[in-house]
Amino acid sequence: MSDRILGVIGIALAAFYIWQATLIQESFMSDPVGPKTFPIIIGVILGLSSIYFVIKPDPEPQWASFARTMEVLFAAAVLFGYAYALPIGGFVLTTAVTAMFLSWRLGAGPVQAAIAGATISVGIYVLFGVVLGLSLAHGPWGF
Amino acid sequence: MDALSSLADGFAVALTFQNLLLALLGCFLGTIFGALPGLGPSNGVAILIPLAFTLGLPATPALILLTSVYYGAMYGGRISSILLNIPGDEPALMTTLDGYPMAQQGKAGEALALSGIASFVGSFFATWGLVFLAPQLVKVALLFGPAEYFALFTLAFATLGGIASRNQAKAAFSAALGVGIAMIGVDAQTGVPRFAFGEVHLYDGIDFLVAIVGLFAVSEVFIFLEHRGEEAHAQGASKMINRVTAPLSMLRKTAGTMGRSTVLGFLAGVLPGAGASLGSFIAYSVEKRVSDRNGTFGKGDPRGVAAPEAGNNAAAGGALVPMLALGVPGSGTTAVLLAMLLALNITPGPLLFQSNPDVVWGLIAALFIGNIILLIMNIPLVSLFVRVLLVPPKYLMPAVAMIAFVGVYGISGSTFDLVVMVLFGLGGWLLRKLDVPLVPVILGVLLGGQMEVNLRRELTISNGDWSALVDSWLSITLWGLAIVGFILPIIVGSFFRTNVGKGRSRESDDPD
Repeated sequence: MSDRILGVIGIALAAFYIWQATLIQESFMSDPVGPKTFPIIIGVILGLSSIYFVIKPDPEPQWASFARTMEVLFAAAVLFGYAYALPIGGFVLTTAVTAMFLSWRLGAGPVQAAIAGATISVGIYVLFGVVLGLSLAHGPWGF
Repeated sequence: MDALSSLADGFAVALTFQNLLLALLGCFLGTIFGALPGLGPSNGVAILIPLAFTLGLPATPALILLTSVYYGAMYGGRISSILLNIPGDEPALMTTLDGYPMAQQGKAGEALALSGIASFVGSFFATWGLVFLAPQLVKVALLFGPAEYFALFTLAFATLGGIASRNQAKAAFSAALGVGIAMIGVDAQTGVPRFAFGEVHLYDGIDFLVAIVGLFAVSEVFIFLEHRGEEAHAQGASKMINRVTAPLSMLRKTAGTMGRSTVLGFLAGVLPGAGASLGSFIAYSVEKRVSDRNGTFGKGDPRGVAAPEAGNNAAAGGALVPMLALGVPGSGTTAVLLAMLLALNITPGPLLFQSNPDVVWGLIAALFIGNIILLIMNIPLVSLFVRVLLVPPKYLMPAVAMIAFVGVYGISGSTFDLVVMVLFGLGGWLLRKLDVPLVPVILGVLLGGQMEVNLRRELTISNGDWSALVDSWLSITLWGLAIVGFILPIIVGSFFRTNVGKGRSRESDDPD
């Protein structure tokens, strides 16, 4: 079933892709192929392979339990949050919080996770920011 | 002889203090990446590429660092195979078959030493193969026009999904996805934006480093979160090591094995797409057929350890041949290395040997040096690496993830890139669950633009006549190989997987 769903999504994606490709503006200085043709070919390959999944799906993969899947999605949400918070909160604070969260969700106790988060963040900051001189995000406190 | 004098110049480049230091660092980090279950050479190189960039390393030192990581990870993969029965990556899988039984018999030290020496033999001679074969391949490659390059890229896609994937349609899907992503951005030839949806950030296209780090490193973190608590416990592994030396009698017994496996592994590596998994598999299977007279393979036979290790390390060297000479990667990790080269504005292929000889030969010389460093590191210091296995993933993976973010943010300073990277991480996680191989996606993102450029160039020359794509014997041969390469795994692949699939402990789609 999973493969069939993948196939249907793939077909929709391919159709959208080809449709978008037909909307690409032709330039006056075009070559015989133009900017549309190759993307359309790619869209067709995408669509054909997706049709194959619908017709001949593989055996069902092992999906994680609902709780585990939510775990992954929640971690992704935290990482998205990290991306946005980084320029605002600065490297050390946001990284410490994110690393702490990941460490906690990977099975560390709250105290262990807090120590791990702080260590990872400060460690990376010292190694890459101070020793190697990378420009990491500056927060309101300059680090 | 020409190659030898170029190699001597290469040694002059590689033997500078900075480059030696980077080789040492790369070998060390690589061994750790290889040893840790779940993190293979592709992940190791993917995480370190952005860092090499943000550190502002010039091309040659950056390449030396990353190929040392690559070779180091190929060495390191055996450590967890032997001690824990968990392959660090797919090529190390065959090593579990005899390596773990040896460890259970109290011969972990011998197995580690023997596999270290076999790894050295495999990659050392494969590097010689690279020295002599790559310049020859370059001569052929000089005959390439746009039509041939287009066919060659098709060949790379057709074979790369190949053996490691269960389903060729999924490999094609994955490649189309990658090439499709490569089309995002402003069309280089006409200047019109494509698939950008008015988003300014997308006008530059998707940076392949963002795609690579997301697909490999971030998705790995998600996999770990999903499998939390199921990791193998490495506790006690360090106690299993008695003395890390291989008796001379064992070396004498396995010398022939190492020789045969090196040749087989190297050939498997040179074939585009087959990579190190095939190298270790073929080496083990052939060795079993040739020398397993008493049925000792699978029960802790030293030859069963030497064969896959020599084979997969030789394949790692072999995979660099098409990558450097043709610009077509022979494996997942070389695809990542190719990304590195392109990002440094160095286009691999025949011209690389003429326009940047210092880069190529400095790199090859560094591989020789890296091998010697790895041999030294892997015999006396192996107990140090075993301790790394004791660091639980709950502390290790957050650090890996944060380093990946630092690397990408350091290059662009763009929040948008980080968001895209997490999206790729989620996508990678889903694709891995569905058994869609990730390497063709990467290759598509990398080579998609080049593929289109060559197609359009050829059709401009021929005034829009599509038959020009199959106009020369060379392009016809390449198309033929591509078709065979696409169909053959359907026949051979099931045999490969039923043999390799046994003992696979965890989902991993690292075909290298």
